[in-house]
Amino acid sequence: MMSHKGNLDPQFYEMLEKLQALDFVLVELNLFLDTHPDDLASIQQYNQLVQERTQLANHFQHLYGPLMNFGHSYSKFPWEWSKVPWPWQV
Amino acid sequence: MSHSLSHPMSHPQEVAWAPFIGPFDPCPPILCKTYSTPPHLFMHFQPLNLPQFSPEDALRHGTLWPALYSPYESRWGKGR
Amino acid sequence: MWVYEKKLQYPVRVGKCDIRMARLLLEQYGGADGELAAALRYLNQRYTIPDKVIGLLNDIGTEELAHLEMIATMVYKLTKDATVEELDAAGLAPHYVAHDSALFYENASGVPWTAAYIQAKGDPIADLYEDIAAEEKARATYQWLIDMTDDVDLQDGLKFLREREIIHSLRFREAVEILKDERGKKKVF
Repeated sequence: MMSHKGNLDPQFYEMLEKLQALDFVLVELNLFLDTHPDDLASIQQYNQLVQERTQLANHFQHLYGPLMNFGHSYSKFPWEWSKVPWPWQV
Repeated sequence: MSHSLSHPMSHPQEVAWAPFIGPFDPCPPILCKTYSTPPHLFMHFQPLNLPQFSPEDALRHGTLWPALYSPYESRWGKGR
Repeated sequence: MWVYEKKLQYPVRVGKCDIRMARLLLEQYGGADGELAAALRYLNQRYTIPDKVIGLLNDIGTEELAHLEMIATMVYKLTKDATVEELDAAGLAPHYVAHDSALFYENASGVPWTAAYIQAKGDPIADLYEDIAAEEKARATYQWLIDMTDDVDLQDGLKFLREREIIHSLRFREAVEILKDERGKKKVF
């Protein structure tokens, strides 16, 4: 039987890690702001990063398919969401 | 007795202690034991405007702030 | 509701085919201080915690689900290509006869997860102190897991998870400070 061998290019991993890095800073700032809600500088940094990650996520999704389900990402034809690879497979 | 792993200016990341050695202990003694004392133990409430890692370094360190980074090395193969 | 994002929080790599680690990692999958317990503990407590710290419990609880997925990824990668002989040698024969190589919410000794691992006392200080203790116990578990492997790739992911426990512990301690401050006045740093 033919095995389903992944053929993900190096750029996939590079872009993914860049997105993971931006999203990680957003997680950190989010938790920090949960206990420091009056820190204007952190809110500005958070909003700035939201813009950057949105751009990068859009680019990533254009190349490798949707990152989110339930209406938070567009799909090409045929339905892309249920396609491999899943995060634990890459 | 304590020593610092990576934060020369702040509190030690690890504390070492010497357990009592009994005269009839069956196994060769471990003379020095250590436990982790990560930096959050010494931070009452995180101050504003702490220096930050770059996003890539933040991901790799597991935190955005160098002041909260705590290194830990495996004891595998380190012997007694 | 929750919306799934099709990526891991951190790039998990496993560098050695050391199936023994799959069994040990289950401690953080379905163990008393594991990621499932953490996620369910915080997401459940958030309904009755004072409004000022609901957001924190919500967000840390959500991040724990991402950590659960990282641990699952490590276990999955270590077991998906294992033969029955290899599973047996790694101490996973009892797991195999009940589950094949399916993941299951159990600890490293095979004890299934139970809600008795978590608490919801309704008293916000008692609940937050439990949360702080849970983070420190999870940090310690990650240390002992890191000690049990010489796979630097696996260690890398476990070190990330250990550091997250430290940040969560600090945030919960800040939440206690916020609740102690009854006038809700601005914090002086």
